[in-house]
Amino acid sequence: MSGGGEALFAFCALVALLSALGTVALHSPIRAAMSLLVHIISLSGLFLLLHAQLLAALQLLVYAGAIVVLFVFVIMMIGPSVPEPPTMRGMATKTVSVAIMVVLTAILAFSLMPVHMPLIDLGPCLAGEGAECDQFGGVGAMAQSLFMDELVPFELISVLLTVAIVGAIAVARGRSTQEQALAQAKREAQASALAEQTAREQAMAAEVAAHGGHG
Amino acid sequence: MQIELGHYLALSAIVFGIGAIGFLVRRNVLVQLMCIELMLNSVNLMLVAFNRYMPDNHAGQLFAFFVIAIAAAEAAVGLAIVISMFRLRKTVHSDRADTLRH
Repeated sequence: MSGGGEALFAFCALVALLSALGTVALHSPIRAAMSLLVHIISLSGLFLLLHAQLLAALQLLVYAGAIVVLFVFVIMMIGPSVPEPPTMRGMATKTVSVAIMVVLTAILAFSLMPVHMPLIDLGPCLAGEGAECDQFGGVGAMAQSLFMDELVPFELISVLLTVAIVGAIAVARGRSTQEQALAQAKREAQASALAEQTAREQAMAAEVAAHGGHG
Repeated sequence: MQIELGHYLALSAIVFGIGAIGFLVRRNVLVQLMCIELMLNSVNLMLVAFNRYMPDNHAGQLFAFFVIAIAAAEAAVGLAIVISMFRLRKTVHSDRADTLRH
């Protein structure tokens, strides 16, 4: 890898780490969302370094273009939230969980740091090849793998996305006033039926007691 | 200094740890969802890095592709649940989502 690649890696890694910390530490959700956006963009730079051009583009389109925008819309809808006062129990739990995660992360990072594998040279495109260049990580090669080897998971993903859309609409829609009135009427009918049944049971019990008295 | 596979893996592990800490510490449901996205992203980085060093097929990149799609579905459903909870409780504080506790 050339010196430019190393500088790009250092820059993207630093930005990714700082913006991840910002996402976690910044107080207001909208600032955390903007920090997440910076993180996603720097990760897409790292994908480019790793020869995953299509994934870098998809990362920008799907994450920056769809997911972060969705977050921002929900934050706009909900509005500024009132911060809750911290409790002693909450502080203790937080300290313990942060300590455990810091230790685990340090162990993982230090054991993964010396991993070494030989970098296989992928070879540049030939001079006359142009758009037909079927390189590792490019659109053509990815499409070949996606539609030849992984067609069934790909189709299943489309089913999953459809189910997620329907589920999200069903959960987020809430009830219209008409449906609320219907539900209210149903609840009242159930309550009155229950009261009627209780009264009938009490009458029967009284009758049984009366017969028992005669017998 | 040569960039090795280990550097990518260590970066990915640290970002995953930051996301996990955020998920455990923050009590705003929206920020918790963002931390889940951070963790998913760090795993994506690890998959793509492994694939770059074993480039005989596209398994890692395709897996990252599927993870991106699933993250989009997860964000949509999660945010729908947040909206529903806000409608019910008028808050996005995850400690207040305790209807099933009582």
